[in-house]
Formats: sequence, C-alpha cells, structure tokens
Amino acid sequence: MRRKRDGSAVNSYLLRRPIQRWSPVFLLPMAAAFCIGFVWPFLHGIFLSFCKFKTTSKWTWVGISNYLKAFQDESFVYSFWHTALFAMVSLLLINVLAFAVAYALTQGLRGTNLFRTVFFMPNLIGGIVLGYIWSMIFDGVLSRYGTSILLNGRLGFWGLIILMCWQQIGYMMIIYIAGLQAVPEDMLEAARIDGASAWQTLWKVTIPNVMPSITICTFLTLTNSFKLFDQNLALTGGQPYIINPDGTSIHTTEMLALNIYNTFYGQAANARGVAQAKAVLFFVLVAGIGLIQLYATRRKEVQQ
Amino acid sequence: MGSTLLKKKKNGRTLLSLLFAFVCLLYVLPVFMVLLNSFKLNTFVKTETFAWPTEESYAGTANYVKGMTFGNYPFVKSAMYSLAITLLSTGLILICTSMAAWYISRVDSLFCRIVYYGCVFSMVVPFQMVMFTLSKTADTLKLNTPWTIPVIYLGFGAGLAVFMFAGFIKSIPLEIEEAAAIDGCGPMRTFFQVVLPMLRPTMLSIGILEIMWVWNDYLLPYLVLDRTKYMTIPIHIQYLKGSYGTVDLGATMALIMLSIVPVIVFYLTCQKHIIKGVAAGAVKG
Repeated sequence: MRRKRDGSAVNSYLLRRPIQRWSPVFLLPMAAAFCIGFVWPFLHGIFLSFCKFKTTSKWTWVGISNYLKAFQDESFVYSFWHTALFAMVSLLLINVLAFAVAYALTQGLRGTNLFRTVFFMPNLIGGIVLGYIWSMIFDGVLSRYGTSILLNGRLGFWGLIILMCWQQIGYMMIIYIAGLQAVPEDMLEAARIDGASAWQTLWKVTIPNVMPSITICTFLTLTNSFKLFDQNLALTGGQPYIINPDGTSIHTTEMLALNIYNTFYGQAANARGVAQAKAVLFFVLVAGIGLIQLYATRRKEVQQ
Repeated sequence: MGSTLLKKKKNGRTLLSLLFAFVCLLYVLPVFMVLLNSFKLNTFVKTETFAWPTEESYAGTANYVKGMTFGNYPFVKSAMYSLAITLLSTGLILICTSMAAWYISRVDSLFCRIVYYGCVFSMVVPFQMVMFTLSKTADTLKLNTPWTIPVIYLGFGAGLAVFMFAGFIKSIPLEIEEAAAIDGCGPMRTFFQVVLPMLRPTMLSIGILEIMWVWNDYLLPYLVLDRTKYMTIPIHIQYLKGSYGTVDLGATMALIMLSIVPVIVFYLTCQKHIIKGVAAGAVKG
C-alpha cells in the first residue's frame, strides 16, 4: 500500500473524498463479514486457549496449563513428528517429479497439451472424494496380500504420499512450466554455442533461473502437507490405533490437523481447552512457515 | 552425421511421448476404476476391484438408483445445496472483495491499511485455529443455513481475494478513473462501469479459485451447517463411508462418480482459465 509507485499515485484527491463517503457500501460488507468470519473467532480462540471450557459461554481461566498439557500429550507430539516426516518426503518427491514432468513438457513433445490436462485433473477433485477413491484402490491391491491400508501404519503413510503425489504433481508442474518458459532463450542458446551438454545447461542455466518457482513450490508443498486434513480423514482416519497401557491411544497415521480435530470433537469434552491450545501452536507453526516464505520470496525479488 | 544426430533426438522424443502417454493412462486409472466399480455389485468391489464386470458381478445402474436415496438423504438435495453454496459464496466474495479492495487502494487511510494487513495475515491462518469458535459464532448469529453460510465464506476467504484484487488495482492507471470523475461519474458509476470491466481477468482467476475451494470444502460446512437438515456433496460422501456398519461400496462408487463428473466437465470446458487462475493464485498466495 505504498503511496507512490512508479511515480504515479495510488490515490488522488479527486477520487478519495467522494469514495470515502460511500464507505458503507464499499467497505462495510466485507469488513463486517471479515470480523464475523475471521477476526472475532481468531481472537476468541486465542483467549479460550487459556481457559477450561466445554461450551464457549462457560469458561474458567487456567493460564498456560492447556499448553503444558498439549506438549505432554503423547499423541500430539507423535502427530507432529509424523506430519514433519510426511512433509519432508512429500516435498522431495512432489517437487522432483513435478520439475521433471514440467521440464519434459517444455521440450516441445507431441501431445504436451493433453499430458498437461491429464496431470492437472486430480487437483479439481476434493480431498474427501480423493481419499475414498484411493482407499478403494489400495484395498483392492492389498486384499490380495491379506492386509488393508487400515491395518498397517506404514502402508497408511505411503498410501497418503502416493495420493498427495497424484494430486499435487500437476499443480506444481503448472508453476514450474511457467517458470521454465520464462528462462531467457538467448541464455540457453549461448550455453549451446559454448558447447554445454544438456545436463550442464540444466544445472548451470535452467535451474538457477527457475529458483523463484522452486521456492514457491517448496513452501506450497510444505504448508499443504502441514495443513492436510480431508485426505487424511478419508484415507485412513488415523487408523490403526495403538492402545497404551494407561488407556490413551496413539493414532498411527494421524496428522496434526486431524489430531486437533479429534481432540476438539472426541470423547472427552473437557479437553477442548487443550485442543484450542494445540490449534494456537499449529497456527504459530504454519504462520511461521508462511512468514519465512514471504521473506525468502521477497529477497529473491530484490536480487533479480 | 548431423542428420543421424537429429534422427536420434527425434526417436528419443517419440519414446518420451510414448512414455508420457503411458503415465497419463496410469494417471486416469483411479477415476476409471471408480467408473468400473460403480457398475459392480457391492461384494465384488472389494474382492475383484480391478476385474472387468462379469455377468455375475455386473449390477447395471442399480448402484446409481440405490445411491440416490442412500443414507436416508437424497443425493440430489446435497448436490443442489453444494451448487447453491458454491455459486452464492463465489458471487458474494467477488462483489464484496472487489469493492473493498478498490476502496482500500484508493482511500488508503490508516483503517484501510489495518484491514488490508488483516487480510494478508488471515491467509496464513489455518482453519483449525478458528474452527471451534467460528462454528459457535455462526450458530449464534444463525448463519448455519446454505443461504447464510456465504457470509462465513466471505469472512474466512476474503484474505486471498482482497490481496489479489488490490495487487491488480494498483497497476490500473489512476488517470482513467480521474477522467471518469471529471466527466461527472460518482464512485458507484466509476466502479461498476469503469473499474469493474478492467477487473474481469482477475475476477475470473479469483472466481475459479473460490469455486474450487468452496465446492470441495468439507470441514467448514460440516461444522457450520445444521447437519440434520443440510448436507453438501463432501459431507454426504463422508457420512456414507464414515458411518459404522456395512457400507454399500458399489453405491458409494456410483455417488463418487456422480460427484466427479460435473467437476471434470467444468475442468474440460474452462481448462485454460482454471490453469491460469491457479497459477496466479499460487504465485501470490
């Protein structure tokens, strides 16, 4: 919202006052909905994370004990590490594969448009539906070996990785294709004339030039993995469970978002304060990744 | 020698094309399996998932007929609610956020900046952070019907839309609007007859992003809507599979097929805009 941009103003006195008089029409609907749908629930949520409550109207202040309980909750810590591992594996796989596909599809292959259409298609299918499609397929394969995706945590993990690759490669591919098409043709030509091999050109010319796309895709896959909910719920729903001797249980394929959801709406209604504290921690984590991304992309822009 | 090298390269390309064609077939296989299994009897879906329907396992359209009233809730009703919520929410978001973004950019007061940075901030907040308090707020304000839930979508989804609109409005030369003002246009007319036509490409991108989000969204409508009366397609499918007891897999596959078909038709008809919109949203958000 800088006042000056390229020497031309963003606002002008000729326009400013008359528009301001119409603020109830222009700004109010969005601002009111923004308060109802975001600002108030957000602030209320932060407040409630310091309270013990079953419904929002009956609360007692308990300080930071919810946060301490969240850190002591074995299932929460487990789901964090599970999510982190998932994020790392999917980040590597999705980005490498998406880049490879994008690279191949910018070489003028026959049928490029068709391939692009097909690879992007899974993105339009919702998470819940995706989860059930793949659970049918995995069960069809695994039933031959007398097992199921719900019986083995490791299968559940890799199943979700396959699902996410299927869904997201097309999306990342689109971003990489845009980046690859912006690589200056004369640079590639200069490399060719200087006798660089295709491999050398890829590493020394192409990849440095698509770094902005790589940054964007890296962070997108990272935040997508951390925020993953629908697919996780539909594919395994956290199963299989390991029951501890003290009666608590660990859901071996449960990720952070699902863990928070289950704490909120699970059996024990008095755990809602802890659930809200978990949600705040989750927000700090996701927002932290988002801020690092903003910083990283800004710095890249300055360098160019 | 030069020609053999060229030939080699050409052969390599054909090979690569063939490889990609094969991978593409694998890629559409899951959707094809859904189609195949939607014509099988329930007991055969799990045991013979990959087999072609035989005389024994073929169910005809029975699964589709059964799926329509499966789970004591008509599927058509869920689909209609999904459609209504998606269209209303997207329309409301487009109108309100484009107006707000124009106001924010042109007035640029302290309050405007607070709203703008609030919007940017809201983009990094995950839904789980606000889901409990948001569903309670929606209940209290009676925003829990398909006709009022667009307000919630406007509130929670405003961030990206305002951010993208404001980014584009900054690139519009101010002189056009000044000329309109000198010619006697009030702010309303300036916005709807001068600014809005210029915003069309951005509107298309944002509209597609919002349609994809709202149509596929599960958790927000599940928590906000009065579940005994209203369901959307994702809620309906999760309800069928999530409810314990025996699940008719054949009928579920039929419903999944019915819910994918409109999406694929939508994709194939405006593919170019969808890909452009998604790329624009990703680069900025």
